[in-house]
Amino acid sequence: MSAPPTNASPKRRAPTKRLMAPSVLFLLVWMIVPLAMTLYYSLQDYNLMMPDMRGFAGGLSYELLFTDPVFWDALLNTLLLVVTCLLITVVAGLALALLFNRTFVGRGIARTLAISPFFVMPVVTGLIWKYMLLDPVYGLFSWVMRSMGFEPIEWLSSYPLLSVVMMISWEWTPFALLILLTGLQSLPEDQLEAVRLDGANRWQEFRHIVLPHLGQVLYVVVMLESIFFLTSFAEIYATTSGGPGTATTNLPYYIYLGAFFQYDIGLSSAAAIGAVVLANICAIFLIRFVAGNLNAGSQR
Amino acid sequence: MTASTVDQTPGRKSGFGGTLLTLLAWVIGITMFFPILWVVLTALKTEQTAFSMTPTFIFSPTLESFKSALAQGSGYWHYALNSVITALGSTLVGLALAIPAAYAMAFYPSKRTDFTLVWMVSTKFIPAVGVLIPVFLVYRSLGLLDTRLGLTMLFTSMNLPIMVWMVYSYFRDIPVDIVEAASIDGASTAQTMFRVILPLALPGLASTGLLALILAWNESFWSLTMTDYHAATLAVYTASFKSGEGLFWARLSAASVMTIAPIVVLGWFAQRQMVRGLTFGAVK
Repeated sequence: MSAPPTNASPKRRAPTKRLMAPSVLFLLVWMIVPLAMTLYYSLQDYNLMMPDMRGFAGGLSYELLFTDPVFWDALLNTLLLVVTCLLITVVAGLALALLFNRTFVGRGIARTLAISPFFVMPVVTGLIWKYMLLDPVYGLFSWVMRSMGFEPIEWLSSYPLLSVVMMISWEWTPFALLILLTGLQSLPEDQLEAVRLDGANRWQEFRHIVLPHLGQVLYVVVMLESIFFLTSFAEIYATTSGGPGTATTNLPYYIYLGAFFQYDIGLSSAAAIGAVVLANICAIFLIRFVAGNLNAGSQR
Repeated sequence: MTASTVDQTPGRKSGFGGTLLTLLAWVIGITMFFPILWVVLTALKTEQTAFSMTPTFIFSPTLESFKSALAQGSGYWHYALNSVITALGSTLVGLALAIPAAYAMAFYPSKRTDFTLVWMVSTKFIPAVGVLIPVFLVYRSLGLLDTRLGLTMLFTSMNLPIMVWMVYSYFRDIPVDIVEAASIDGASTAQTMFRVILPLALPGLASTGLLALILAWNESFWSLTMTDYHAATLAVYTASFKSGEGLFWARLSAASVMTIAPIVVLGWFAQRQMVRGLTFGAVK
């Protein structure tokens, strides 16, 4: 962000409208129009199995949604998933970021190994965990349990949601690590020196210098991860298919089932609007943050 | 673990404790990577060795599973080709859309361009399920279901906000005087953009493309819901192992390795771009 203030007064107007129009139109057509249509469908009585019996239904879909126990299960699972994954990835990510912020032999390689899970396709993550790690008989975890003299755990059937949480955390701890590490590396060295001269111990350093500095970065990580966790799909699709029962059915999976297996467009659209509202609660704060940065940048 | 930020500066000794922390960092790095390594090892085993109650760590590697996963009937190449076409295609379309928009925003900023940028970023936060149903219905009536074109456009819409943001942030690193000098010399907007700015921003554009490529390749939601066979990507292919065929662990592993290896390696080189792109500049 080194743009000088002259940025604001160009010598000649460029056709900014025409330059931005393709992107704006593209996003309108692929994101905003469908979003409006979802809202419209949510107010319709519309089932693909009975295409003739279509009409305005007011809030009926929402009424059906709120009285559907599966929806509440899905909502609860979604929130549980988001909160536990957030806790695990942020705490582990912070610990790892501090660990990798030291200089040591082969730091680059060790860090690269640690963040690799983030680049694994989510479907493959699901399969690796479902079969090779968590399989109750042939999985690696079971072998470890047996060799330590314990009964192997049937992860996916006994602790399905926890299993999904483990997969997602494995994938996303690297993300938290990467971002928090970037934040740590921009830590003002002079401040650290100053408190160190004042005789602060390492905990005081962490508590009074590192943590406040990381506050903004943590905020960004939490918001971004919330939005991504809210929309987890592939890991569930590839492993539990939302089961057993509704144990791992989250909101995206509920919408997917409703639309593609019950063909209930009205109800699924209402649930989709619910997902959008949830995501927006996180996004509003984040966007405000990004917009604030933007202004700060252009005033410099 | 709270002690680790300070070791490079003098004043703190990193003796035994330091060695311990280094060891810990390595153990954690290897542990996090282990599932990936395990898939690679399993892919190099025979089905019998792969599927056993006691895992084998030392064995004579064989490429049999790769051969059978790549064999004619397996369909791997069909899905891989779709992945390549949709990921590359969406990256190119995305760049073609993002570059002019970012150019206007970076070199001719105004209230309107700022607003447009923030609006574009905000569309990234509309969850895909929020638009799933209309996109599916419209695609169905337009015959775009299970087509590479339809999937490519969805990937583009998913990545466009990030791409505009990233290209914008790279353009902002270029002094605006250069654009002004070019326009005084009588260069048109297109000439300035193609002859002056793009060459300067080439490394940034490459990073943007790399990130878009990684995100599109790994995308699973739209592939699983919008495609069936004709346009199905490797995400759909590997997902088909979730039942039945999952019993062939060595082959499943070989297919997985060929699906993730190129992207994991690219990802190693894209760590910084990842931070820059996915946080929309909120973390520097």
